[in-house]
Amino acid sequence: MTRLDTLRGPAAPLDHNARTIAALAVNPGCDRRALLDAAGIDKQKTATHLGYPAPFGQSPFAITRAKSFDALVKANGCAHLLRLLRHTLGLSISEASYSDISDVGGNDNHQVRHTRTRALLKRAATDGEGAGTLFDHPLLKLGVAGHQVYLEPAIIAFQIEGRFHVVEIKSFAVIDDQADAGQVAAAARQSAVYVYALRALFASEGLDPDRVSHDVVLVCPKDFANHPTATLLDVRQQLAALDRQLSRLTRIDRILDELPVGITFDIETQSPDEASKAVSTVDARFAPECLASCEMALFCRAEARDSGSTDMLGRTARDELGGVESIPTALGLADGSRSASPEQTEIAEQLRYVRRIYTEAVA
Amino acid sequence: MSVISAYARALAVQTGRAQPVATVRHVHLSATPMVFIPLKLAGEAAAPLAALVGTDPANPRLLVVPQPRNRDLRFAFMAELADVMLPYVESFAGVTETVEAKTPYERSSDAPQLLVPNRGGIAFTKLLGRSTRFRRADGPYPVHPSVPVLGQWLTFLAERAEYAGSSALVAMTEVLALHWATGQSPMEDANLATQLAWIAPPAGQNGPEAALAAEDPLTSPPAGPETHPDFDGQVLDHAIRAYETSNSPAQVREALRTQLEPTWTLMWQAVRLLRELPEAATVDARWAKDRDQFTRETARLADGGFPRGRIDGAVSAAIRLADLESALQTYEAQRAFDDPLVMTEHRVAGKAFSGEVVAVDATRRIVPPGKTRAAPRPLVTIRTSDPVRLSPGKRLSSSRNRKQKTEIVSIARDLVVIQINDQMGRGSTPAPGSVPEVGEIVCYAELDPSGGQRPRLPSGEDTPWTHGGPPAPYVPTDEDAQEAWS
Repeated sequence: MTRLDTLRGPAAPLDHNARTIAALAVNPGCDRRALLDAAGIDKQKTATHLGYPAPFGQSPFAITRAKSFDALVKANGCAHLLRLLRHTLGLSISEASYSDISDVGGNDNHQVRHTRTRALLKRAATDGEGAGTLFDHPLLKLGVAGHQVYLEPAIIAFQIEGRFHVVEIKSFAVIDDQADAGQVAAAARQSAVYVYALRALFASEGLDPDRVSHDVVLVCPKDFANHPTATLLDVRQQLAALDRQLSRLTRIDRILDELPVGITFDIETQSPDEASKAVSTVDARFAPECLASCEMALFCRAEARDSGSTDMLGRTARDELGGVESIPTALGLADGSRSASPEQTEIAEQLRYVRRIYTEAVA
Repeated sequence: MSVISAYARALAVQTGRAQPVATVRHVHLSATPMVFIPLKLAGEAAAPLAALVGTDPANPRLLVVPQPRNRDLRFAFMAELADVMLPYVESFAGVTETVEAKTPYERSSDAPQLLVPNRGGIAFTKLLGRSTRFRRADGPYPVHPSVPVLGQWLTFLAERAEYAGSSALVAMTEVLALHWATGQSPMEDANLATQLAWIAPPAGQNGPEAALAAEDPLTSPPAGPETHPDFDGQVLDHAIRAYETSNSPAQVREALRTQLEPTWTLMWQAVRLLRELPEAATVDARWAKDRDQFTRETARLADGGFPRGRIDGAVSAAIRLADLESALQTYEAQRAFDDPLVMTEHRVAGKAFSGEVVAVDATRRIVPPGKTRAAPRPLVTIRTSDPVRLSPGKRLSSSRNRKQKTEIVSIARDLVVIQINDQMGRGSTPAPGSVPEVGEIVCYAELDPSGGQRPRLPSGEDTPWTHGGPPAPYVPTDEDAQEAWS
């Protein structure tokens, strides 16, 4: 039993998906999230146990809609998808076959599926055109913070002229050729994770990783109808960001070394108080953006509030306050009740000035 | 965000209450604004689910789509919405005033004002406009004649909302954030309930306590357009099923009423809070622009104007962009000159300074560059303790006289010398009062309320080939009118 298993307790480890990896890369300095994720701990359940259930969820209507759109695009051997690839993107696909890797002969074991994915993709890459064009639900693996995790697949990998593309199906609408910028950005970040993992797989099989294209095919409903449309999305920027963030991710070993021996986050045997103390031994880096992506966000926010941290005001406010970590310190520097350390002299002078003109203007 | 608002946020945490970041109200508030709280079905592009709408706080009108996936029910909803909104919008069209200008023209004395809870409300209003403005009352999929008219008005209002300083369609959380800094992050300020909890906590509670309580989705359901996922799964889903078996929308209506009424109360609370603030000096001038645009749109629609096309032509897009930039520039300058608290943000940034006039050379005359005769160009020396980050030659304006052009001559330590270039009368010496006097406290800023000049652009027919050549004018098509809405 590894230390990570001890941390998790008897519960089965949770899978990663592109969304969790993308979210992890958004806040790479957060030890708490890195550790919980590496150990495969169910953050949703943990947060609920601690008394801070996650502030978000997915509506059953949204799930139904996403599923039905996904099914529509993939119906009849991906007929819609092939039409889009041919017409919208002008690709010349003569014949196409479709292999689903969601299970292997009824076995949905991760290791089996991953081996199958590797074998199929390798054969396709070395044999060329005829070896199958569309691969649904490929199960990929990714090294995150020095730890191998499986990626829950929600994509299709597809090969054309020796190059592999990732196809991502999303159910947000593209209206008059415009989609919601936030949703496109999120889709791009997630697709980048798949491209990254696919490239890693190619590299480990001795294939050229550049055969996986940085152009992702994004399939969305067009206007207000259920009819799909496709666009190419260049994710080079997201790939570069992801690469940088993943390499910066705090090494799990370093975090583990600093933890008390025998500590566990197990929520089945520990009371909320005990579990909360255990989780608090690992530092978090709270930012309000976490509220939209991390299940632990409300717990960390309460912690930030209790300690009067400037983190709770948002990253910009924190930067504007010269990176001063606590609100009482910032205000103390402003009204002169706290003396500035050498590195705070500049910000202290500015805060005193800000306080003076703010007070004058409000009066 | 500036260090001023960051400081105000820190103060809010310390005091347990939101702190002002404006001393006057920078938006127009109509005597009879219409509050509009739309809800949509999760996962769909633009499927209306419900709306609470009206001008009377005591008498909101609840509209629902009992089965949001049913296209006919959606259009019935839009017709009902038109029934509430169109009489309101059109009531302003009749009363006009004559504007004294070079060529006097008629302008509506007042205009409609729509208040939605948040940015998402504006985006959804725009989508509702887009999905209905092309519809027709005849042909294969006829809709009620009022539906496309409503679509045109919603499109107009959503477009106005893109212009800085327009008050035609306003997101409440954004207006509140313009006037108060809370002790939470800007992201959390997008939640009307928690934002108001910080600004005006209920008696016996402080801001953070009230904000925490306001995060409970049971007492403060989301202000839309998205509903809470738990509500969708635990309540709405059953209510819609009940409608399908019983054909009675009662259960759906009651469920959605519980989600909308708390926000309705908050919206009117916010309106009352904003009314307590005195109106800023230039609000009226900006509202006059909204009324101008409303008058033009009324006339255009009366002439049977086509709905706005899906995509702008190159020239009209360039004009729009220039106008948006100009509106933003004007608005920023006006807001700062109207409000010393807003001006502090520019002072901190070194783009503005305030101080006492210590010397005036009022009789100075020079021959300005490019001129032949000497003209008054007084010099004013101001002592300031602000961290000025401006260089000689920069053009400045002041709230003393916003039209007066001045420029920086020199800056030495805490002394700034400026030269005044115009607005001094026709005499050989400056007219009394046109130049600041010794001892006066003044504030000058590198802000231009004129909004700059729009670049010269060709007319639509002369669009160069680089930009696709002259665009074909938009003519409504059958396809647009029958577009699927699934």
